[in-house]
Order: sequence, then structure tokens, then C-alpha cells
Amino acid sequence: MSKKIYITGLGIISAIGNNVEETLDFLNKQKSGVSSLDNIVSRYQHQLPVGEVKASNDELKKLAGIEHLPDNTRTTYLGIIAAKEAVKNAGINNMKEFRTGLISATSVGGMGITENLWFDYLNPEKTGEWLRYIETHECGDSTESIAESVGATDYVSTISTACSSSANSIMFGARLIKHGIVDRIIVGGTDSLSRFTINGFMTLMILDNEHCKPFDAERKGLNLGEGAGFIVLESEEAAKGKTILAELSGYGNSNDAYHQTASSPDGAGAYLAMEKAFKISGLKPENISYINAHGTGTAINDLSEGTAITRMFGKNVPFISSTKAYTGHTLGACGGIEAVFSVLAINHNTVFPNLNYKNQMPEVEFTPTTELLTNQKIDHVLSNSFGFGGNTSALIFSRHN
Amino acid sequence: MSTKNYISAICSIKNGKVFVNNTLDYTFTESNEPIDFFKSVYKHYQLNYPKFYKMDSLSKLAFIASEILLKTQAISKEHTPENIAIIIANSASSLEIDTEHQQTINDKANYFPSPANFVYTLPNILIGEIAIRNKIKGENTFFIFDKFDTLFMSSYINSLLNSKKASICVAGWVDFYENHYEANLYLVENSEKGLKSKHTAEELNKRITNN
Amino acid sequence: MDALIDKLKGEIIEQLNLEDVKKEDINNDAPLFGDGLGLDSIDALELIVLLEKNYGIKVANPQDGKKIFQSIRTMAEYIQANQK
Repeated sequence: MSKKIYITGLGIISAIGNNVEETLDFLNKQKSGVSSLDNIVSRYQHQLPVGEVKASNDELKKLAGIEHLPDNTRTTYLGIIAAKEAVKNAGINNMKEFRTGLISATSVGGMGITENLWFDYLNPEKTGEWLRYIETHECGDSTESIAESVGATDYVSTISTACSSSANSIMFGARLIKHGIVDRIIVGGTDSLSRFTINGFMTLMILDNEHCKPFDAERKGLNLGEGAGFIVLESEEAAKGKTILAELSGYGNSNDAYHQTASSPDGAGAYLAMEKAFKISGLKPENISYINAHGTGTAINDLSEGTAITRMFGKNVPFISSTKAYTGHTLGACGGIEAVFSVLAINHNTVFPNLNYKNQMPEVEFTPTTELLTNQKIDHVLSNSFGFGGNTSALIFSRHN
Repeated sequence: MSTKNYISAICSIKNGKVFVNNTLDYTFTESNEPIDFFKSVYKHYQLNYPKFYKMDSLSKLAFIASEILLKTQAISKEHTPENIAIIIANSASSLEIDTEHQQTINDKANYFPSPANFVYTLPNILIGEIAIRNKIKGENTFFIFDKFDTLFMSSYINSLLNSKKASICVAGWVDFYENHYEANLYLVENSEKGLKSKHTAEELNKRITNN
Repeated sequence: MDALIDKLKGEIIEQLNLEDVKKEDINNDAPLFGDGLGLDSIDALELIVLLEKNYGIKVANPQDGKKIFQSIRTMAEYIQANQK
């Protein structure tokens, strides 16, 4: 059984790029990818800032290289694009060489299509080729399509724990390798914007109608985003002779047990998740070079997470930033997208800035990094992801020596 | 696969019946409405947690099953909050309440989406409800399967317990869509307590289908 | 005012699914959140929806809810002052 979990491939698509190269360029420009909502017909169109992938479904289908297949959902297209890139990046040509699985996380699944066809579905007089979209609604359907598109079929599963979904899929994949159930696994998640989500978050009154400002004393809420991020995890055996981008050295999950949606003021769940991740990695807080925070920009998350980080790191908080001002909050996909950012930070010795930050939060002692920092020695990155339902997760990515 | 873990209790709720450790414990015949049944279970077992009424149907079902299950064992006395895991799966995800939320945003003339409904449009909120009620802070995950995969669930939970990520696990299946509902929640721990039933896929299959 | 308070109590019980609560259980001046009725942040958002749906009053900033929803009486006063 493999003691170490190696990361050999990255794949990403979000508001700041359709692949890893474009994403890195964009991150280095220190510019937000959040813009107006264009692709979805909504009462909030052109008003609400969102992290939208600027491509139509047809364009995404082409990018996913599956023009020969029937139409699918935006969530699936985004997932296929990122998963294919990760597999290619890992240099995997022969899927049969090792037992290979895929775990995908999503919170909305095929909602983007369902909400357009809903009344037609219900009308027994209407029938047509579009009825097959009913099957694409389920969260598991996108996973099946993504797994088939890359040929990773030895172990396929779907996780849905809100905004920590992707972090949990990465953690689950690592365990499957450690227990010898698979040799390598493509893990991450995908979510697309939908009216369903936008209207729902509007009712919770936690959307900022301007660009979000994570960890700012005057933060007003989050911007929604969409995208997908996948990484390839391999056992020591499977990764032999390959370029290793980083190691997944720690992971932890817990429940905040406070409220259905609101994080606890003391960040109990977040603290426990980080503590577990440290325990598995054998690392201590002082070993962390950079924290890629969950940092959504809501009053409650940033206070809760900031409090937990202050408790964990004391006065010695390392470089810290939330990258959600770049991409918006991509919900079920954010753990996968931010896993890619974390590995890029290690590989390029860079800290990506917390955009739009101006005012110090009085409740915490740390100040996020607001400028792009290069030539830093980034050996260990802590990446947090917290979800509704109190689900809190933390991952630690480490430089491979 | 051999296991040193045991199922110590199980609660199953389906077809207007509540089974505790595979013995019929309560039957409701007054109505075919699942919600009426859930409310009557709530009253019958004197659960006394007014937040129950605010939950969506799926969480209501999970809540009553977890309450009845946890009445069989005082788990919080023997296990610390961080060592109690909750691993639950279903097939319909949160489809029931998704549908309700969708109805409220599709009607332009009567557009009043409910924040309380939207909160429940994630299946893992039901785990949150159980965690909040019982102050459970351990690992928690929600899986979506076509049907209850006892082989997957048992190996996943055995791995959690064997690697000491948790000392006890609240596990099972809670599904609700269009009046079809079923809950099978059980406790898995690494010592012989309660039912003292070996935690294997075969045993689970038997216990879940025998009611 | 009394009629409005009585109507409001019924609407709140329905909107927030307070099944075990009766109108007479709600004291006009008791706090709605925390110790009183034990409402939480999601309930506050539901009350904002109630104001818009039943009284045509839009509350744009959720922070305003804290003042408006102190008690049934403050809520009724707010409705009287803002209803067109």
C-alpha cells in the first residue's frame, strides 16, 4: 500500500481561464475574473457580478472534444474539460496500465438544463428528443460522463457535501489509494451557474452586488462562480518515473454542528478539520508557507474561518489569501479549483493575492496578502473548504523532494 | 472481508412503520401522507425538538430515524464529539425540496423563493441537522448512489474505524422523493455492543431487507 | 394595531412552521430571536420574504431585520409605518 499520495496532473476551467496555462497567466495579472452574468437568462442578468466562464454550452462542448456525443449539461462539459486536461497533464496514455478511478463532486448537477425544461417535463403532451435530459439532472450523471470521457472506470463515485464537496472527493481519492483499492484516481469537482442557485443565494442575502472582498472588514457577501478543477493522484508505484508536481500530505474533515448554513463564531469545525489534516501530515502550523483560505467574503464565513486560523496559528499566521475574488465562489467545484491553485503556488513559488482587500478585520490579527508574491519558498499549502450543513474540510499540499 | 467492527443498533422507517433492531416498534395507518406519518412518529417518541417542523421532508425523515436510533445507545457518553462520524447516502439527493424551490422561482407573477427551502436543497444538510442536535463533530460525508451499496458503505466505514478516524459511526440510507421514502440508519462501532452484529455487507443486506 | 398584531402572529406561525406554537403563546413584546421564540437567521430571512409577500415592503439590507424583528410589536409598527 502506498504511504504517499503523489499529484501528477492538474486540470482547470473557471472565469479566469480554460486551462492551467491561461489560469496561471490570469492569476499573475492580479485581475478579477468576476464580471456580469451573460450566459443565463435571469432577472439578475447584467446586474449581478459572477465568475462566469465566457463560453456558450456549444462552445464548451467543442472544447470538451465531444461533438460526436449527444448534448449534455454545462456542469458535465466543464468537468470533462478539466478532467481531460488533468489526465493529459499527468501523461497518462494507457488507462489499463493501472486501476484508475474518478471521484467527482458537484452541488447542482444538471440543474442548468432542468430549470429550462421543467414545465415541459411536466407536460405529458409535450415530447421530444430533449426528454433524455431528465437523466442528466442527477448529480451522478455528470460523474459518469466525465469518467467515460477519460476512460477512468475502475472506481467511480459522486460526493455532494455543498461547498466542501471537491475537498472531500480529493480526501476520499487519497484514501482509496492508501487502502490499495485503486492505483491512481482523478479527483475534484464541477459546478455550473444556474438560476436555481442564484435565486437561492439571493434569498439568503449573502451575495455582494459588487466584487466580493474576502477578509475585508467591510465585506458584503460572495460572488457566485462556475468551473471545474481536477487533479490526478497516484500511488508511489503508479507514479514511478513520472514528474511529481506535489504531494497531498494531509486531509481532515469534521462537522461544525452549529447551524444549517451559518458557520460557528468560534470556527470549531474549521479548527478540527485543520487539526486532523496536521495530524495526518505530521506537520505543524509553523511548517505551512501559505494558506489558501475558503474566504467567501460573507460576514459569517470569514469571521468564523479567521477565528479558527487565529486559534490554530496564533500570531504567526503565514501568507494567507482567498482566491475567490478571482473566480467567484464555484461551490462544489471550489476545492478542486483551489487544489490546482495550491499546487501552482508550490510549483511557481508564488502567493496569489487576496484581491479587493482594503480594511483590516478588527476580530483577527492577520492581514491577507494583497500583492502577487514571487520567489517565495512555498513548501506546504493549507487549503480550506467549508460547506453548508456544517461540513468542514482542510487539505495540505506539500513540495515533493 | 473479515471485520472487527459491529453494528450495535439499527432503525428502519418505511411504509408507515418504524423498526428498531429489526423489530416492529410503531405503525401508523391514519394517513398515506409521509409527512403525517413523520409528525406522528415525532409525537409518539416524544422527540421535543421544535426545529423538526421547519425541516424539509428528507431531513424530517433523517431526524426521526437518527433520534430513535440514538435512543438505543448513549453514544455521547462513550465517544467524544470529534470521534463520532456520520456517513449517509441516498439516491434522490434533495430532489423533493429542489422541486419546491424551482416552483417558487419559475412563476414570475408569484416570485417568492423561500430561503428556508433553499437551505435544504443540499442533501448533506440532513447530516448537519443530526450533528447540530447531537453535537457531533466528526467526519461526515454524503454519497449519492443508484441504490444502497452496502459493500461500498461497509468497507468505507470499516476503513474509517480501523484507521481511528472515528470511534463510532452513524451510517445509512435516507431517501425521499414523491412520497417514496425509506430510512435505514445504524450504528457501527469497534466493540460488541447492542445487536453485536458483524459489520459486513451481507449482514447489512439482511438487516435492511428483513423488515 | 391589535388586529395587525393578531394577523401577524398567525402569518408568522404559518410561514415559519411553528407547529407547536399558538398565537396566545407569543407575547407582543418578547424577543422573537434568541430566548423568546428561538428564531434563527434563516427565520429572519423568511420574515423578510413575509414582509414583501404579504405587505409589499422590501427590506434590502438583512441587518435592518435586527431592529424590525425585535418583537411582534416592533414588526407591526414597522409595517404600519412603511406600508403604502
